[in-house]
Amino acid sequence: MTSNRTVAIIGAGPAGIYAADILQSRDEHVRIDLFEKLPAPYGLVRYGVSPDHPRIKKIQDALHDVLENPRIRLVCNVEIGDVETGADVSIDELRQAYDAVVIATGADRDVDLNIPGADLPGSFGGADFVAWYDGHPDAATEWPLTAESVAVIGAGNVALDVARMLITHPRQLEQTDIPDHVEAGFQQSPVRDLHLLIRRGPADVRFSPMELRELGAREDVDVIVDPADLELDEHAERMVAQFNQRKIIVRTLTEWANIDPAERTASRRVHLHFYQQPARILGEGRVSAIEMERTQPDELGRITGTGETVTHHVGAVYRTIGYRSTPVPGVPFDDASGTIPDSAGRVLDESGEHIAGLYATGWIRRGPVGLIGSTKSDAAEAIDSLLADLADLADRGAQAPAGAADALCERLGDKVGWEGWLRIDEAERNLGAERGRERTKIVDRDELLTHAREMERTR
Amino acid sequence: MGLGIGAECVTRGIAVTYVIALPCVDLKDRACVDECPVDCIYEGDRMLYIHPDECVDCGACEPVCPVEAIYYEDDLPGEWQEYYGANVEFFDAVGAPGGAARTGPIPGDHPFIAALPPQESALA
Repeated sequence: MTSNRTVAIIGAGPAGIYAADILQSRDEHVRIDLFEKLPAPYGLVRYGVSPDHPRIKKIQDALHDVLENPRIRLVCNVEIGDVETGADVSIDELRQAYDAVVIATGADRDVDLNIPGADLPGSFGGADFVAWYDGHPDAATEWPLTAESVAVIGAGNVALDVARMLITHPRQLEQTDIPDHVEAGFQQSPVRDLHLLIRRGPADVRFSPMELRELGAREDVDVIVDPADLELDEHAERMVAQFNQRKIIVRTLTEWANIDPAERTASRRVHLHFYQQPARILGEGRVSAIEMERTQPDELGRITGTGETVTHHVGAVYRTIGYRSTPVPGVPFDDASGTIPDSAGRVLDESGEHIAGLYATGWIRRGPVGLIGSTKSDAAEAIDSLLADLADLADRGAQAPAGAADALCERLGDKVGWEGWLRIDEAERNLGAERGRERTKIVDRDELLTHAREMERTR
Repeated sequence: MGLGIGAECVTRGIAVTYVIALPCVDLKDRACVDECPVDCIYEGDRMLYIHPDECVDCGACEPVCPVEAIYYEDDLPGEWQEYYGANVEFFDAVGAPGGAARTGPIPGDHPFIAALPPQESALA
């Protein structure tokens, strides 16, 4: 019997949606319920991809196509976790009601930077800032863009996103989907100088060449690189020879380093600093400077501090050294790696045994690395494991009770389904049309829910 | 320039995108296909082609190619410039099907690719 297979996927971001798509394409009998914490799907494509990246935001169209499949039921605004502290449903309840449960909740928090002064006012987590400018319902409504000089710590694409959004003139954000209060916030920013602080050397950064180049393509922004940082040692030469992407990055940086200072006339500047790691954030009551320790690489590019320090006088520090997953109550979590322990997508308990029916995919499985597309190939592995186990389950006649999944969804009551999301989507497009834009995001959770529900009632 | 490279090229009327070049010919490893979030990498007889209008410029394909066949257009090595035209023109007769998986392999190749001598696999 293979007729009533049911799978619950937790998280309607790219990881969860690609997992659902791969699963439905490989098993024509499976029914998939896709649960999302927020009133809207698409996870980091909606709430992480930078608003000035409209082409990458189009990944949302591909995810939309997947969700149109009637065998995938979207259930938004559902919190999975500890029901005693207010969650709608627990992992154990899901495991009883479904043949399999896939955790795809991603990574949405900042990795902590444990240095003195990190908690000072004016020291911000990059993920919190991204959530603000991308209109996340749980983000701060106001953001204090008051500093003329700011520091961004990190060498990944998120650090570049944050730097680009901070330094871009707001007139260049006019065609994006940012909410009005975000646009107003950027319009007030007095920023002139941004220091991007990178621990490693130029051949060992994590960002992609396209993102780097984009920084140099901003209107009225100069990018300043110290030629001394570009002297490549043997390790760096090896990296550049071996990896095309690193070669392009070093080439781009070299072009910038060679620009005649007399040609730098922009009103805003980005200063790239390599071989500097954060030592402490300074300030009386709020950030006034950041002290960096110079680093040096060994023959394998590993970094150690030299003890020599350099101070940048800045009014704000953005810590963008990586995303971190939030543990899911009822699911094992390795605090050191910030991931769910697994073997080929099968979630493992403390003794290394597979917890029957429980799987993980995406950033919560392998950590916040790679581009959105990497999540698709990752999902394929977890779904392979899941389907192999499901076949075995069916052979043993050990499937979840028929109708249990439907009963559980029924019990959840007034949640936001696919139709509800389409109404939110329509409301956002209408809001955008009033401004001559494709979309303007609705931020407030209650407002999102109102659109989802009221519209449904009027149908 | 304000909206980044993708938007800039729209105003220029030219599709700037990622391009697959010679190392893919007669190899078709397909690692890129698994990685593409919008499923815009289509299969011809002898190589894979990136759809210039469907591609969202995310760059996920480039680092996973085992033979470094994929380049951002501006970085395409001089000797492989024809591959830009080949990738774009391959879709002249195909249009924008909106997904490679549902389309399946497309018979034939761009004439420039079809005329190439058989290639030795770089992975062999």
